[in-house]
Amino acid sequence: MAASSVRLAIQGVGHRYGGLQVLDGIDLVADPGRVLVLVGPSGCGKSTLLAIIGGLLRPSAGQVVMEGEVADDCLNPLTPVFQDFSLLPWRSVAGNVALVLEGRLPRAARDARVVEVLAMTGLTEFADAWPKQLSGGMRQRVGIARALAVRPACLLMDEPLSALDAQTRVLLLDEFAALIERAGTTTVYVTHNLNEAVRLGHRVAVLSRRPGRVRAVVEIDRPIGGRQPSDPDLMRIEAGLWDMIRGDAAAAERERVLA
Amino acid sequence: MRSLHGGVPFRAGGFAPRSVPLAAVGTLLGLVALWQAGVSAGVIPTLFLPPPVSIVRALAGLIASGELWLHLGASLRRLAIGWVLGTVCGVALGFAVGLFTLARSPGMAVVSALFPIPKIALVPLFIIWFGIGEGSKVATLAFGVFFPTVINTAAGVDGVPRNLVRMGQAFGLGRLAILRKIVLPGALPAILSGCRVTTSIAIILLVAAEMIGAERGIGAFVLQAGNLYDTDNLLAGIVVLSLLGLTVAWVLGRLERWLLGWR
Repeated sequence: MAASSVRLAIQGVGHRYGGLQVLDGIDLVADPGRVLVLVGPSGCGKSTLLAIIGGLLRPSAGQVVMEGEVADDCLNPLTPVFQDFSLLPWRSVAGNVALVLEGRLPRAARDARVVEVLAMTGLTEFADAWPKQLSGGMRQRVGIARALAVRPACLLMDEPLSALDAQTRVLLLDEFAALIERAGTTTVYVTHNLNEAVRLGHRVAVLSRRPGRVRAVVEIDRPIGGRQPSDPDLMRIEAGLWDMIRGDAAAAERERVLA
Repeated sequence: MRSLHGGVPFRAGGFAPRSVPLAAVGTLLGLVALWQAGVSAGVIPTLFLPPPVSIVRALAGLIASGELWLHLGASLRRLAIGWVLGTVCGVALGFAVGLFTLARSPGMAVVSALFPIPKIALVPLFIIWFGIGEGSKVATLAFGVFFPTVINTAAGVDGVPRNLVRMGQAFGLGRLAILRKIVLPGALPAILSGCRVTTSIAIILLVAAEMIGAERGIGAFVLQAGNLYDTDNLLAGIVVLSLLGLTVAWVLGRLERWLLGWR
């Protein structure tokens, strides 16, 4: 897979749910082949922003612009990876991956693509398993395999590790880092976990409490593959991010209890 | 203060009934044996309730004479046409109600207004509309099957997790592909569960419609036997209906196992 040359520009995006303003004046850029991470307290509109970027929600204000060249074999430029995996329980692992290729590729090419992405995600021996037979981590691998199968120009990952246990999270985080690095896909990654943010992000955008606004943008200019959790620089950046979010997170928690 | 000594007592027993097929068969056989014994002892008058042996003999006679196939064939034809017609139309409207805003409110209003009407009360009206022949009987069945099918299908479509539909949209799947590969399989358990209910409704309505105006059919046969105080044949007809219901339920069960194996 060639590195993506697609740039995403989020321009003045705002959103209201009825009378509730959840996002306000968001201006951000996801550079080609780089990872933009969105962090912020609960309810700050991270997932709403990702849905807007993915074209699943119409913004109340502003727009998201996609610029760049997309490879000929790219079947779905903006491709999501979901927190809840969103796998069809009535399809096998291979069937779930094949779903997004059906009607778009000839049978032989489709089968070859399925085999290829299952191998990339370590799922070859589980091709015929039902989703219910898999652990959370394996299900998310299927979600990743499905996303990679369409040769995305941009990956939109909505808290992909948050439904998993701590050990699986660590393992998959390493695999995500390697996969993203290797694929060089422009990625927008939503998380509330600051450790994930500093491990994967080239640019970390901190959103404020509702209505979500960009409070700060932190650049981490080093290859994802070489980052270690114990790296003092990353730990310092993570601590800085937490300092920015702590107050909002506590206030958001109080708001949620009182609501 | 109380002092505690000894092992911790197990407290999580019960509330977990198991199926014991042998007990089910044994109970049925036991009831039949009791029935036979009651008639043989003269406790139960044979005019009111003939012994199981007589019913089996009557059934064998009906099979040997070919009369059973005449009546059963007529009933099965009506059942198949009426049930398929009601199911196809019901599934179509159920999907429309579940998917389209334009169909939702009007569709549910009509269904809610007409569903509670006892369908058997409409048989005279259907006879006026479609004549005394097959049309009125098939219409009664189809009408009875249609409404529960609409309700179950619409509920099934509503029950398809929206995140799966959003997934399909986010991967750029077309509307038809989402409908065929996500909504239909997702709604299938509810549709099949509805089929179990509607086949029973169809058998009930079949017998009722055949009793009102038919020369052939199990319902007509049971009515004729009743008019002649021929309780052997009357109960033989009822046994056939019971076997018909069991067979349909078995077929649906196999279909569910085949189509919903993923569960």
